Amino acid sequence: MSPARWLRDHAANDRLLAVHVPLGTRTDARVRDLPALLRPADLVVINDAATLPASIVVRHADERFELRLASRVVDGSAWGVAFGAGNWRTPTELRGIAPRVEEGDALTIDGTGVTGHVVERLHGRLVRVDWEVPTAQLLAAIYAHGRPIQYSHVDRELPLWAVQTPFASRPWGVEMASAGRAIGPSMVSSLRAANISVAWLTHAAGLTSTGDPELDAMLPLAEDFEIPLETVRAVGTARARGGRVIAVGTTVVRALESASETGMPRPGPGTATRKLDSSYCRRVVDGLLTGFHESGSTHLRLLSAFAPAELLTETYRHADREGYLCHELGDVNLILAS
Amino acid sequence: METKASHWLVTGGGRGLGRAVAIAAARDGGEAVVVARTKAELEEVTETIRRGGGVAHAIAADIADKERTHAIAGEAAALMGSIDVLVHAAATLGPVPLEPVLETPCEDLERALMVNVVGPHRLTKAIVPSMLLRGIGVIVHVSSDAAIVAYPEWGAYGASKAAFELMARTMAAEVASSGVRSLIVDPGEMDTQMHEDALPHADRTLLARPADVAEKILAIVRDGRLGPNGARVVLSHVESW
Repeated sequence: MSPARWLRDHAANDRLLAVHVPLGTRTDARVRDLPALLRPADLVVINDAATLPASIVVRHADERFELRLASRVVDGSAWGVAFGAGNWRTPTELRGIAPRVEEGDALTIDGTGVTGHVVERLHGRLVRVDWEVPTAQLLAAIYAHGRPIQYSHVDRELPLWAVQTPFASRPWGVEMASAGRAIGPSMVSSLRAANISVAWLTHAAGLTSTGDPELDAMLPLAEDFEIPLETVRAVGTARARGGRVIAVGTTVVRALESASETGMPRPGPGTATRKLDSSYCRRVVDGLLTGFHESGSTHLRLLSAFAPAELLTETYRHADREGYLCHELGDVNLILAS
Repeated sequence: METKASHWLVTGGGRGLGRAVAIAAARDGGEAVVVARTKAELEEVTETIRRGGGVAHAIAADIADKERTHAIAGEAAALMGSIDVLVHAAATLGPVPLEPVLETPCEDLERALMVNVVGPHRLTKAIVPSMLLRGIGVIVHVSSDAAIVAYPEWGAYGASKAAFELMARTMAAEVASSGVRSLIVDPGEMDTQMHEDALPHADRTLLARPADVAEKILAIVRDGRLGPNGARVVLSHVESW
């Protein structure tokens, strides 16, 4: 499938391929058709995380290298993945050998006086850095000197506004929770007018790819989320009315499922650690609006919790044949599992 | 309807009415993110608020800078969580003395539109959708009678404020029944640096004090009956509430 290489003007006009798993039906549609593809009493849940410009250049001794933040910033501390020579135009797997940083090493955000120390290392390139400034000052430095993380399939440098979803609020994400691009204020009005509820949560969307097979196998890393009480109530109401819970993006699936050991999500903060795949038995989420993902990616693995592998393969074959576009700026796939 | 407004983002908060609104909001128990270009002014206002026992944060930014819009929104959300009140108080007159329309440099009009219309629109787009989702929020558009009355030599500023007001009213129509209020406030003539720049020989004793005007804005934000969605409130007509 070809990737979308740049933003298109109106997300509502993006293509949407709806797959109804129990019925085995498939519908070629547009994002604007979403209300008609759902049912009254359904609940749509979006992720309101804003995206940080999470690619920063750091100095370490005599070296300068790219550090991509890999978690949300908490108390001036965040995980990051070091990258070697090259830039976003270089496919991640072709980047130079990443500099080796050890626990205790001092790093400085280039262009600022913000310094920190490596306090934990999970992998040769994956480190946690405690920055020696308050979170507000660290975020100000990241906003002033960072750039959005992006991959080589995109044509040009993405400005910060291009990686924000319409309801972006707290800057928890290091990459855009891109399925949310499709849902803006007009779509929310249309959904509500069709008696479909809309609720939200915040989930710190992490890295999609590092280019290192060993490190990629560890993705997604643990991701923080927070679920408001209103959203938990909305899930209960939807259930009571016979509606389904539709997650906008894989991040919403991770948050809701991680918070639902007992079958209903609990409100408040949490951390998603579980990797969802075909062996996972969903507790809360009945459907998913998501992009088209690269084969072998963790996103695609998660989809197999909603549909059998053969159906997903056939869906992707159809999407490829019909010219759907993949990746974060591409078209979307609605998978209704019940 | 009473709104307990706790998280404020005030542009143009380094001086004049913006500064006074931030101080009043914090004194009322709110938390304020103050946005302004000049760091020294930001430090002064946040320090004043903290000395008074309030909570304030500073973000140094030019709201006309497109690259900074999401930094302002993101930093503010990280500092306070959801934003309840967005006050668009930042504005520029353009170079003074003001010029007749036929002699206003095109670039001055462009700058007035960037600061007074385009920048606020961008910030609104970054912040208000989240209010809509939650069904609560107030956007205060600080305007001027120059948006309505054709004062000679006030063309660039007046045209920008007229556009600003129509945007505010249009948005009010679009968010009707959502729980979010988009308001226009015409504060009247105030004893501010901007007024001094425009009319240096004015009798300052006849001008309203920004602190008094700020209290009226607070009352409007708190009480939806005083400033319903879409209202244009002329504060000089209001003695007190």
